[in-house]
Order: sequence, then structure tokens, then C-alpha cells
Amino acid sequence: MDELLLAAAGLIVLAVAVGLASILRGSDVERLMAVQLLGTGGIGALLLIANATNVPGVEDVALGLALLAALATIALVNLLDTDQGDVEA
Amino acid sequence: MITLLDLFSIAAIGVGTFFFFAGTVGLLRFPDSLTRLHALSKADNVGLGLVALGLIPRADSALSALKLIVIWALVMLSGAATSQLIGRALRRGRK
Repeated sequence: MDELLLAAAGLIVLAVAVGLASILRGSDVERLMAVQLLGTGGIGALLLIANATNVPGVEDVALGLALLAALATIALVNLLDTDQGDVEA
Repeated sequence: MITLLDLFSIAAIGVGTFFFFAGTVGLLRFPDSLTRLHALSKADNVGLGLVALGLIPRADSALSALKLIVIWALVMLSGAATSQLIGRALRRGRK
């Protein structure tokens, strides 16, 4: 059962890593979306690893990632707004 | 020996993993930014939600199970907020 959980974690990380390919060709906002998918996939993989290996503290790392997940998006959208404001002003 | 709860965990985690794949495929293959955002939010909410749901029966303690639910809730909250922000930025023509 633990091996299955680890395999699922590996598959999730592989999936979101492939999603990072859109960083190469997308616009700024789409790059951000790929990074957000990486963040969520990372949380899911960490939860699976925590359950499979019973290493203490791994779940708390996932909790921290979940807490901080929104900040990158808020910062980038603020930056884009500021850029736009400078152009218009 | 695989119990019924194990089967439930395997099914939920399997479907959750599939949703992460679907999110990636959508992010790479959908035609415009808003549909890609749609694919991303499905992977966020449903994919991680099903993974957390599948892990709940395997949690060691009630506190550990509660932590899984809190993580899921946090991701749903931040996913809702960031999807709104991204959608608004796209609508205003920020590429």
C-alpha cells in the first residue's frame, strides 16, 4: 500500500512537471498558472509521502505550502496592475 | 490483505491523480487563457481534494485527519481567491 502511495506521489509530480512546459511558451499570467499547479501538486505529493513514510513533519510542510500558495499570485497581479498604472498615468 | 477502506483510498487517490493529469493536459492543450484557468482550478480543488479524502482513513490520529481537511480547505480558499485575481487580470488585458 505504501508503494502505491509513493507511486501516486511520483505520478503527480511528473504531471505537474510536464505542465511547467507552458512556462516556456506562455504569457506571464499563464506561467503563473503553471507554477500554481506545481504548488498544488507539491502539496498533494507531500501529503502522500507523509502518509507512506511516516516521517514526522512532512504534513506540516504541506500545511505551510498551502498557507503561502496565494501570495505569489497576489504579488504578481499587484505588479501587473502597477505596471499598467504607470503606463496609463 | 486489502480492506474496503484501502480500496476506497486507492480509488480516491487514483481519481485525484487523474485530475492532476487532466489539469496538466488542459493547461497545455486548451485554446485560450480562461479555459486553461478552468482546467487549473479543477486540478487544484478536485485533484487535491480527492487525494486528501483518500488519505483520511489512513491517518494515524483524529488530529492528523483534521490537518488534511484544513490543508484542503486552505487550498480551496486560496484557489478561489487566486482564480478571481487571475481572471480579472486576464479580463483587463494583462497578458
